[in-house]
Amino acid sequence: MNDWQAVIGLEIHVQLNTRSKLFSGASTAYGAEPNTQASWVDVALPGTLPVPNIEAIRKAVTFGLAVGADVAAESIFARKNYFYPDSPKGYQISQYERPIVAGGTILARLDDGREITVQLTRAHLEEDAGKSVHDAFHAASGIDLNRAGTALIEVVSEPVMHSSAEAVAYMKAVHRLVRWLDICDGNLQEGSFRCDANVSVHQPGTPFGTRCEIKNVNSFRFVEKAIDYEIERQIRAIENGERIVQETRLYDAAANKTRTMRSKEDAEDYRYFPDPDLPPIRVTATEFDALRATLPELPDARRSRYIDAHGLTAYDANKLTEERSTSDYFEAVANALPGHSKLVANWVNGELAAALNEAQSAITASRIGAPALAGLLARIVDGTISGKIAKDVFAAMWAGEQSADAIIDARGLRQISDSGAIGQMLDDVLAQFPEQVAKYRAGDAKLFQFLVGQAMKATKGKANPTQVNELLRERLGVTG
Amino acid sequence: MSALTLAAQRAALSAGRCSRDLTEEALARAASTASLNALISCDAEGARAAAIGDGPLSGIPFAHKDLFCTRGLRTTCASKMLAEFVPPYDATIVERLTSAGAVSIGKTNMDEFAMGSSNENSAFGPVLNPWDTTRVPGGSSGGSAAIVAANVVAFATGSDTGGSVRQPAAFCGVTGFKPSYGRVSRYGMVAYASSLDQAGVIARSAADCADVLQAMAGHDPRDATSVDRTVDDYRAALDRGVRGLRIGIARELFSAGVSDAMQTTVHRALHELEAAGAILVEIDLPSLPLSIPAYYVIAPAEASSNLARYDGVRYGRRAAAVKGLHDLYSRSRAEGFGTEVKRRILTGTYVLSSGYYDAYYLRAQQVRRLIANDFARAFATVDLIAGPTTPDVAFKLGEKTADPLAMYAADINTVAVNLAGLPAMSVPAGFIGGLPAGLQLIGQAFDEASLFAAGHALQSRTDWHLAMAPGAVR
Repeated sequence: MNDWQAVIGLEIHVQLNTRSKLFSGASTAYGAEPNTQASWVDVALPGTLPVPNIEAIRKAVTFGLAVGADVAAESIFARKNYFYPDSPKGYQISQYERPIVAGGTILARLDDGREITVQLTRAHLEEDAGKSVHDAFHAASGIDLNRAGTALIEVVSEPVMHSSAEAVAYMKAVHRLVRWLDICDGNLQEGSFRCDANVSVHQPGTPFGTRCEIKNVNSFRFVEKAIDYEIERQIRAIENGERIVQETRLYDAAANKTRTMRSKEDAEDYRYFPDPDLPPIRVTATEFDALRATLPELPDARRSRYIDAHGLTAYDANKLTEERSTSDYFEAVANALPGHSKLVANWVNGELAAALNEAQSAITASRIGAPALAGLLARIVDGTISGKIAKDVFAAMWAGEQSADAIIDARGLRQISDSGAIGQMLDDVLAQFPEQVAKYRAGDAKLFQFLVGQAMKATKGKANPTQVNELLRERLGVTG
Repeated sequence: MSALTLAAQRAALSAGRCSRDLTEEALARAASTASLNALISCDAEGARAAAIGDGPLSGIPFAHKDLFCTRGLRTTCASKMLAEFVPPYDATIVERLTSAGAVSIGKTNMDEFAMGSSNENSAFGPVLNPWDTTRVPGGSSGGSAAIVAANVVAFATGSDTGGSVRQPAAFCGVTGFKPSYGRVSRYGMVAYASSLDQAGVIARSAADCADVLQAMAGHDPRDATSVDRTVDDYRAALDRGVRGLRIGIARELFSAGVSDAMQTTVHRALHELEAAGAILVEIDLPSLPLSIPAYYVIAPAEASSNLARYDGVRYGRRAAAVKGLHDLYSRSRAEGFGTEVKRRILTGTYVLSSGYYDAYYLRAQQVRRLIANDFARAFATVDLIAGPTTPDVAFKLGEKTADPLAMYAADINTVAVNLAGLPAMSVPAGFIGGLPAGLQLIGQAFDEASLFAAGHALQSRTDWHLAMAPGAVR
């Protein structure tokens, strides 16, 4: 029996990169001393009240518009009631019956090039919980409420994925989108982007199996491994005649396995009800229009444009649209060099990417800005320097020297394109290597490249290579 | 000494008494009426140190209900849970009354977390009614009503979730005003039932309530339910009179549960308004009888959630020598909360539970809409609605404590107003067997002005509101 099919749905917690929290003015900056970023509201002092952060609502709407969802003109905050020390009010303000975003789709591309379209159920606004600190005190746990109240959207997919590869591709697509939209910093280590995975298995044509939820996985790799483990565990259990019980499980990365956190019988009744402290969230048509107008061109649209209008390969287009900053950089350079997008893509994905990677630098902080790179590539395009020399110039620019033109002039790197001068130089080379010339003429074809190499060496690489080839052929009496 | 009004206090100030004198006198009166148990905390030091601004209530002593957060002064909500809780911040209305120049002498007793109608649910003991110390002052703002009736201060703040300002005002023979939902900020007012809670004021007269509300009212960006809408000039409204004003006499407010004597007394007061030019019109509020069950579902539901924060973790009562987290929660809450609070938390938890939500909470919300629609229909033909504030006069201490349902049922005339978010006022309407009766006037949302006009018109023709309780300082 190996016709099992996994059914996977993800709930992704996307921490919104607002400066203050969803319902209080406290800062959301990561890494501060415990409880220094918790206001009276976050500590849930008696009498305090939540006031919605308009910026967070705008970011949620932006997400909805970007995934083509129905964005509610009126949605409702609800209280999810449960007792836990990191939940200072005894309830979490979330959305239940009327979320701000309903439906929508995400296009995800797998490593093998296959594309899947993942339907979203909803995305709702909610506040994050605080954190329990278990290792700071002897025989007691501490509570850090710095994170309590930070704005999130929880993006819930339909159970439409069938493998860990699909789930990870989808998670990466959401990750790319929320960073592209500048609504989340996407930092998985700091927990800005984390995921719960619902996994079940069944045989196609039969009803869905009982699902288990794997909580709080915060890396792409762990999601993949946790899902793979869980699929295998469920299949093994069923084939051993066991029944899968609905439960919440935790992924233990060290052991690479999931284990029971709580079963459905222990599941809490959250007693959701509309939060009476918060009027419905209303988004007017004017606000919709304003947000739609500021929506950036989305990565998939750019990718298609790069392939169709710029003639780039799918590989280049994918790489350039992984991050908006890379794509914006590419556009800035490509716009300065119409008709040479391929050259630009090669440089952005090649030389620049390598240099940034080595320097551990973001492209927005690149030592060579888009106008500077455009200045360099323009010299290749107009024949002033060869691509090979350009790499040296690039290195000089990266090291902090001036513009491409200044470096080319200062070092005398201008390409030699004077046929007379090149011819003269070739005559000297031929005179210098009579033996090799004779062997070539006797049929040893590979000595042609040796002579080209000597010519380039004689000009320190500055001779126009096309002309060198042409004139050398002429001199050696080769046609074609 | 006659009834303590703002006018009398201002007269004293302009006659050369200084604010400090008024404060000392109020503190002395508070001390001499301590047996009423109207104050949980007396803040003599704070009152003496108060910097008197140049506001409309400049130099006038008053008291806050002990659920408004006061920076540096404990705010107990009459609960063991918060017996030692000292807020680090002032409620918005505390800030506003301070900047209007008023001087708080302390915090008034109340039913625990504002849950109750008799002030018998206080961890600090019951408050006694200055008219008859064997009777309750009403609740939950019982301390505020008693301290005004006892002539200690000219006014006190209160909060009204289902009648908690109006009912004690009626029982104590003083004027109690509950503004429209959203008119006054709830920031810093410890929440009982958020969709119903509204801060109010208890004073001798409608005119005094108008002055105090003027200082309290207005939009507050810290409360998302506070309404950004111009506050009317209440003092100007006082002299509008009631000529041509249409007052609806709601049959359901004079229903079977209301004593004959109360009906007669309130009708007599209404005839005074008629004599002043008001037009009395009979109206119906058919859904009003459903307001008690709807209220006692919605309010506990919200309370069960609002009071979840009292978990012993960050502030408030924390049980000693606990064994683990669950024990910390259950014992802190078992020790910290009184019986009525526990009853409402349990009720509220039940009605929100999976499988019961639709039958209780959702149904109650539907009833709430019916009630609001009833009022809207009535206000198409009348300007105000009138009836007795309570079915009867103040009852005896202990009389209803064994029967919570009987206690709840007595709220029948006040809770609908909160469910509909309307402004309402209880004004003294005469006496029954030496005990005060209250006339309740209900207005359209944000038409506080008409209530002040009607209340003042009545109080210009009558002196029930100035009558002195036997337990008052003379």
